[in-house]
Parts: sequence; structure tokens; C-alpha cells
Amino acid sequence: MSDTAIQPATPSAAMIRTLGIVATVCGMLIVTAYQGTLEPVAANKKLALERAVFKVIPGASSVKEFVAGSGGIEPAGAVLPEGAVKFYAAYDQAGALQGIAAEGAAKGYADTVRVLYAYDPAKQVITGFGLVSMRETPSIGDKIITDAAFLKNFAALDVTLAADMKSLAHAIKVVKHGSKQNAWEIDAIAGATVTSKAVGKGINDSAQKLLPLLAPHLDMLQGGK
Amino acid sequence: MAASSLIPGQKQLSNVEELLEGIWKQNPVFVMVLGMCPVLAVSVSAVNALSMGLATTFVLVASTFLVSLMRNIIPKEVRIATYILIIATFVTVVDYLIQAISLAVYDALGAFIQLIVVNCIILGRAEAHASKNPPLKSVLNALGMGAGFTIGLFALGSVREILGAGKLFGIALFGPEFQPWVVMVLPPGGFFVLGAWLLLFNWLDSRKAKPAAMQAAEVRT
Repeated sequence: MSDTAIQPATPSAAMIRTLGIVATVCGMLIVTAYQGTLEPVAANKKLALERAVFKVIPGASSVKEFVAGSGGIEPAGAVLPEGAVKFYAAYDQAGALQGIAAEGAAKGYADTVRVLYAYDPAKQVITGFGLVSMRETPSIGDKIITDAAFLKNFAALDVTLAADMKSLAHAIKVVKHGSKQNAWEIDAIAGATVTSKAVGKGINDSAQKLLPLLAPHLDMLQGGK
Repeated sequence: MAASSLIPGQKQLSNVEELLEGIWKQNPVFVMVLGMCPVLAVSVSAVNALSMGLATTFVLVASTFLVSLMRNIIPKEVRIATYILIIATFVTVVDYLIQAISLAVYDALGAFIQLIVVNCIILGRAEAHASKNPPLKSVLNALGMGAGFTIGLFALGSVREILGAGKLFGIALFGPEFQPWVVMVLPPGGFFVLGAWLLLFNWLDSRKAKPAAMQAAEVRT
């Protein structure tokens, strides 16, 4: 354009000033939004966590977050210590431990399948799992939360610790549909094997790490209301 | 300095026309075919589509308002940097707001909330409209564009949810015997439904254009 050519050049100070003003205004807007939503976001996250935990541990009425590390069990802080595993202890109204929930994740067909599983420390079994997030094919991968036969695998999935208390006596294994023989095996859904395997692997990886850390300190969690 | 005058030959629109521009004549989804990334990706359900549309509208309106207010003090050399900064700010704000309103919606929309920053409708409006028009007109135009985008997303989202899941707003429509047409909620379904809508709009357009052309021909003869 010819009229822009005769315009005097914009001084550098004007450019820096404008960017400075805009950046200041924007910075203030972002901080205001962050501060203003901090409480509702935290409340939302707590509610979502409670809902997820109550779903897998039906008798529970309160949840506490803990981390299990080499040094024992401690209440969860803002940062996860190296090598530690986060878990949730669920209590009933009287304050008795109802169960333990933890997250497991493994690669599924489309993306990572994240599940929250419930662990009964008294019986040393997994008692159920719920979905945290996944992007599997609708009506194929999502059978893992609707297929009654598949869910039955998790009614009492054996996760007994080995004698040395360092790992599970039997790793959780996902087997071909219809060939489950042992209490630590999961019968895969026919046609959704990849997603079934992701659930099993996610739970196994997490349980192998968490349960040995948890076992020596279980009494710390009792009546922890 | 940003030019405050209109491009020669462009006619001045009234406030109502500014608002309607994006809803019908320049609909970002069906006419300009802009911002297809979120349109195809998050339109798997009516709720996702509406939330995405509203979030984009908020960013669109707020950023064009600020750009329009500052249009005479932003040197043209740094205008793109300034627009991006303003747009990114409102995207961050909307990100926090959605987390505060509903984590379920936040998780469903995923990365596409942050990706509003690079939605071409928004930068396009800032550059082509807000930088040349006063705040009221810019906001009306942005509101229309946002509404048009939301309508477009909803048109895709509702059809895909009905066909692909047999539901609308999560409510089952057809009873338990319904076999969902799963491909509709998968990525190819987005293209199918978008194509069908574009076909419909172009057909309506050509039907409207035909009598007008015939009339013009009659006048000439």
C-alpha cells in the first residue's frame, strides 16, 4: 500500500510500551482468574475423587490421600516423593478402614486407559475397579465397564503378596476369553482384548509397586479418621 | 497505527447486520469452513459441542473487545504478538473457568480448550474486524460469529450423538434395542456429518440463487 510507505516508522519505545501494557493487563487477568477459581476447582477435584472412590468402595463415606514410599506411609503433600505411590484410604462413618483405592494406567488401543481399583487389605484381593479416563473405541473398548462377565473378574481378584513381601505371589494376568483358571487371572472380553489387557496391566503394575510398600504399615491406616 | 477507516468499497454494516453476519451469511463453520479442528474433534456429543462453542464465544468476544479498545495504540509491527497475547490470556481464563464449573466437561474437551488459542476464527476476527471497528460493532460481530460457531458445532454434535450413541444430552432416545451407528462418534463420522450439513446448506443456497437468477434474466430480456 502506498500510504503506509510515507508513514513515519513507529519508535521502538512505543512498541515495547504497548507490549508491556498489554502483558501487564493480561498478567493481571490471568492471576485474577487463577485465584478466583482456585477454591471451586479444588472442591470439584475433591468431589470427583470422592465420587470415584465411593463407587469402587461402596461402604465408604470419607477419603484420605496418602503416599506410600520406602520410608512408610504419610499423608499426601503437593509433591510426590521419588519412588512413592499415591493411594486413597476410604473410611466408613465410624472411621473404620473400608478399603484402599489406587490408580493404575496402561496403554490401551487408542490411548492410556486409567482405572481406579479397590483393594481389600484384610482379604488381600482387588474388589472392583472404575474408569478414570480412556479414549477407546465406543461400544468396543467401553465394554470393560459394562460387560458383567468381565466385571465379575474383579469381585475377588487375588493379589496375595509373595512370602518375601516384595511382590505379588502371582502377577495379575489377562487371559484369552474363556480360559480363566486361577483367582489372579482376568478373563478378557472377546473382541476387546487390547482394552482388557490394559486394565489388567494397569492394575498389576500399580499393585506390584504399591502393595509391598503398603503391607508393613497397614495398621497405621486403621481408624485413621 | 492500525487503520481506523474501512477498506474502500466495503459497506458499513448496521449493528443488527454485524450480529447476523456470523450466524448466517458468514457462518464460520458452514460458510467460511474455519476452525475445523475443534469442530471435527469435539463434536461427538451435544454437551461437548455446546461447551466448546460457548468457550470459544467467550474468548472471541472478550479478545475482540480488548483488541478493538486498543486498536489505535497498537503499533502495526507488534499487532500479531499483541493479539496472540490477548487471546492466550482469555483462553487461560476460560480454562480455569471450565475447571471450576465442571471437571467432566474439562476432561471431555481435553486439549481442545487450550487449542482455542490457535483457532483461526479468533485471530481472524481480531485482525480483519476488531482492529478496524469500534468496540460495540466488534463485540456484536464477535457475538454473531461465536453464536454461528456454536450453532455449527451443535448441529454436528447433536446429529453425531443421536446417530452414534442413540442419545441427546446423554438421554437415551430409542430404547435398549437401538444399535448405535458407532462410526458417527468416531473421527470419520465428523467428516460425514459435516459433509452432509455443507451439502444441505449449499443446496439451500443454490435453490435461493436460482429464482433470483431467473428473475434477473427475465428483467434483461
